[in-house]
Amino acid sequence: MIDAMIYALPFLWDGFLITLAVSGIVVAASLALGLVFGVILAFGPVWIGLPIRVFADTVRAIPLIVLIFTVYYGLPALQVPLSPFWAAVAALAAFKTGHVIEIVRGAITSIHPGQMEAAKSIGLTFLERLVYVVFPQAVRCFLPPWINSVTDSVKGSALVSLVGVVDLMMAIQQVIGRTYQPMPLYILGAMIYIAVNAALSVASRRLEARFAATVAT
Amino acid sequence: MDYHFNFTIVWRHAWRLWWGLGLSLQIAAASLGLGMLIGIALAVAYTDGGRVTRTAIAGYVEFIRNTPLLLLIYLVFYGIPSIGGFAYDATTSFIFTLAFYAGAQLVEVFRAGLDAVPPGVVDAGRAIGLTPYRNLIYVRLPTAFRISLPALSNAYVSLFKDTALGSVIAVPELTHGAQWINFNTFRILEVYALLTPIYLLTGWIILAALRLLERRYAIVRAM
Amino acid sequence: MTAGRDAAPVLSVRGLIKRFGTTTVLDGVDLDVARGEVLVVIGASGSGKTTLLRCVNALVPYDAGSITLEGTEIGYTAPNSGVRRGDRALARLRADIGMVFQMFNLFPHLTARQNVALGLRVTRGMPRREAEARAEHWLARVGLADKMDNLPSALSGGQQQRVGIARAVAMEPKLLLLDEITSALDPELVGEVLDVVRGLARDGMTMLMVTHEMGFARDAGHRVVFMDAGRIAEEGPPREVLGHPRSERLRRFLRRIELRTE
Repeated sequence: MIDAMIYALPFLWDGFLITLAVSGIVVAASLALGLVFGVILAFGPVWIGLPIRVFADTVRAIPLIVLIFTVYYGLPALQVPLSPFWAAVAALAAFKTGHVIEIVRGAITSIHPGQMEAAKSIGLTFLERLVYVVFPQAVRCFLPPWINSVTDSVKGSALVSLVGVVDLMMAIQQVIGRTYQPMPLYILGAMIYIAVNAALSVASRRLEARFAATVAT
Repeated sequence: MDYHFNFTIVWRHAWRLWWGLGLSLQIAAASLGLGMLIGIALAVAYTDGGRVTRTAIAGYVEFIRNTPLLLLIYLVFYGIPSIGGFAYDATTSFIFTLAFYAGAQLVEVFRAGLDAVPPGVVDAGRAIGLTPYRNLIYVRLPTAFRISLPALSNAYVSLFKDTALGSVIAVPELTHGAQWINFNTFRILEVYALLTPIYLLTGWIILAALRLLERRYAIVRAM
Repeated sequence: MTAGRDAAPVLSVRGLIKRFGTTTVLDGVDLDVARGEVLVVIGASGSGKTTLLRCVNALVPYDAGSITLEGTEIGYTAPNSGVRRGDRALARLRADIGMVFQMFNLFPHLTARQNVALGLRVTRGMPRREAEARAEHWLARVGLADKMDNLPSALSGGQQQRVGIARAVAMEPKLLLLDEITSALDPELVGEVLDVVRGLARDGMTMLMVTHEMGFARDAGHRVVFMDAGRIAEEGPPREVLGHPRSERLRRFLRRIELRTE
């Protein structure tokens, strides 16, 4: 069993990098988009908030695999050329954006409205109020669920293998196709995913501790 | 946009979707049932057990929580039979996978539920002469179960969504039905235009129905 | 006392109307505050006092009327135009109006010094060192020289409110709004906060203050306004308004307040 694992390791390296790339792009894109739309949802007028609400609720309510297939098969049918990699990444990012929007909105609404008024009263503009008053306080409520969703992104990235992207999951399948020894490879794959998530959770605990220290209320 | 929508061909095969939807709901129910057994058993073992038990249970939970569900599905369907020297059909294997998957989440749910049973209630059970085992069966578990109801509803809807992954090992559930139509009629957009609202609506309806049930069985909070 | 003041008022409110849905909270308020004047607003809860202050600082929109600060229209581009000023223009106007809140509203993630310095740095564009020096000066003035590095959670209510006052006056506002600033405090902490306000009044700070502290209104206020049902019902020198109330409503209000403070 160990032999099979050691044999397989070099073949998994490229796939592992793809898994990291997919996760990284998805996390970064969903963070940026989710922040913008989450802030609009929290502060903007209803007519702009409603489509955002509908988007967030919809992508969160359908299976991720359906979303990926819809983008992967659907966009070419609409004559939008998109490589499997970017189709899968776009679907994953849309899915994650829905989650981040919800987390951002929740974190912002957890802040007492008096904070916004106090920030207004010393003459801060909207962006300044966000940067100096809202975000530093919201980050504490934002981090724990967001870190969970980062772990979910790493796990969810395995679905890109279903549209032919050679990520870690696909690389594992390919090695099994040659060696006919599924069990050691699946265990090895699980261990790699667990290692990545363990590294993330160590990093996130540091991050949380840092932000918890700055706000002692 | 040159795509011309044509639903007639899709409608001819739509029975695959309805049939798949039925199977998805059943798979979700079966795996929730099995998952609850795992969850309750491990939660009791964790709450009343020693350090070795606790570490083992925590290991199981962490393993499941940090591994992609897709990999678990492959592992149970292809991996385990390869070393066990037996085979089972895709649906059975898939139900077991989801059950272990749900079980890991429900351990936490029931553990929190057991912790939330007011100590006075447990004392009252003791006071009427229940043995620890009977106290567990008649007092602690029923109370914990009702506390956990909202989480169970969410788990069911979440499992229903997860059944879509059964398509990767050809379990003929809803998404698999959609893919069959996709590959055999090439009416791609029509299929997904149908599939998405089916998931949305079914999810909403189940959740609404379960919330009603919860209200009936919820403990009247006198606090 | 009136002799030393400029003729042109710092704040001028004309025909101010504010509705929440179908209820009219402010029903045509006219009010002037002269430079260096301490104007105390009293009235039962729901009479519109707090809403008046929030309109003056453009925290809430209003339906009709005009509010000017040294001649500049606040909130809207012109009286009754209905065109709200832009974010940046509102921010610039608010920077010249200080506000102290009932619930302090200190920024919980910033120390006392940072709370006071934030507006100076961001709004006034001061370099950090200068902003913090000014913050320290004001914190010392309100008696918190030894609490500069404390987070709000490590301060008593009275101390927090004094930071709130320092945060507002450090901006050197043309007008200071004080909204029931002692209502959330334990009785033994009220004195320390009011002493700070008294000091500011001596230095000539123009203030519009909503309070239930009648003793303070009597000896530190220059003029008292009694609000009732969204209108100004009585106004005049404190001794006259509080000592010889003309209306039955004010008499009843004063009696209730006295019963509560005894």
